[in-house]
Amino acid sequence: MGLEIDQRNMVARRAAKEIAPGMAVNLGIGIPELVADFIPNEWQVMFHSVNGILGLGPTPLKGEEDQHISNAGGAPVTVVPGASYFDSTIAYGMIRRRKLDVAFIGALQVNRKGDLANWIVPGSRVHGFGGGAELAYYAKKVIVLMSHVDPHGEPKIRKECTLPLTAKGCVDLIITERAVIEVTKNGLLLTEVMYPYSLENVILHTGATLNISENLQLVD
Amino acid sequence: MLSKLVTREQAVEHVLDGSRLMHGGFGTIGSPALLIDTILQKGIRSLTLIGIDAGYPHVGIGKLISHRRVKHLITTHIGSNPEAGQQMMDGKLEVTFYSQGILAEKIRAGGVGIPGIVVDANMGGERTEGGEPVIFAGRPCLIEPAITAEVGIVYAKQADTYGNLIFDKTARNLNPLVAMASDITIAEVEEIVPVGELDPEKIVTPGIFVDWIVTRSGGSS
Repeated sequence: MGLEIDQRNMVARRAAKEIAPGMAVNLGIGIPELVADFIPNEWQVMFHSVNGILGLGPTPLKGEEDQHISNAGGAPVTVVPGASYFDSTIAYGMIRRRKLDVAFIGALQVNRKGDLANWIVPGSRVHGFGGGAELAYYAKKVIVLMSHVDPHGEPKIRKECTLPLTAKGCVDLIITERAVIEVTKNGLLLTEVMYPYSLENVILHTGATLNISENLQLVD
Repeated sequence: MLSKLVTREQAVEHVLDGSRLMHGGFGTIGSPALLIDTILQKGIRSLTLIGIDAGYPHVGIGKLISHRRVKHLITTHIGSNPEAGQQMMDGKLEVTFYSQGILAEKIRAGGVGIPGIVVDANMGGERTEGGEPVIFAGRPCLIEPAITAEVGIVYAKQADTYGNLIFDKTARNLNPLVAMASDITIAEVEEIVPVGELDPEKIVTPGIFVDWIVTRSGGSS
């Protein structure tokens, strides 16, 4: 992603504010994996992982990993009291049945209509959809966590995506190290600018028109 | 007593050049490593491989791809195996992508004898494979054909000699579905016990779906 770990953590900390106690939340691979670290245990948020866990817990201490408990990225995790294991059809049954309150997803590009591209860079990198398309389509709220620009410095938030789409019109909110942007019926609405970036910097590095919120916040 | 326990060489007898081979596992978790190595050593080629991902270049199911034993990959994600991506871009490996939950459900349909499933057509973006468009329940849908395989390889924590299986935490993933959707299912297990020792309430895959069992230690007794 090209972001330093403290920037990734900053995005994850901001993302955690979108979660309320008792929610069921899916964390995708990448920055989304960090979000759980910013949620208090007593909130009893149930983290869902497509490889077959509801009730993902924190990273185990070194030496205490269980080789058969991982998150969808393959990293060792623990489970919380009340957790359950299940097969792949049940993992997606929960998603399609619209039981997930929030899905945090990484992205390569997002456009002004909330279309999501994150599965292939033709001629360069191929990932595949994994569970991204279904999470993006069926979760009640979809929040993209990503770097504001790509490794070439090009905007990842664009008027149109140039990469093949994973899902259309699915993104509700975008959180980057520079800004928080809502996807609305009237286009993209900039609500927060993160220190040390300026409003001008965010506009310059965003490839689509931004409406500026009347309540725009400059966040330290 | 009847037992489905065999040596690993006997177990892969039905895996042949050109076979459709389905496998359990999510990354390396729940992946039948011993059976994969045995198929690799047998020198099998031109496989059609069906599963959640492409593993890693030198670990798990990815080994078969790195050794050029696979001609067609039906999967959901290959990001952890750049070798698979490279072979795809070089035109040496055909890759068919499905969304993960849809692939799992297509395999489940195969496993329960249903010819296909009806899925929401509006879900996806731009994919390499699409089902047959229909209007169903007043909205655009796709009929996605069921998927079965000639041979399935799964990993389980425990089996009894009849082939009843119990899985292990996130090592369950696609394994129970693969067991049901394959004409011949081979289970690689940590432990095998006599019939009667597994609690019937805890059995996830009934042994009727399992043909052969090998233990991770590889022996036949």
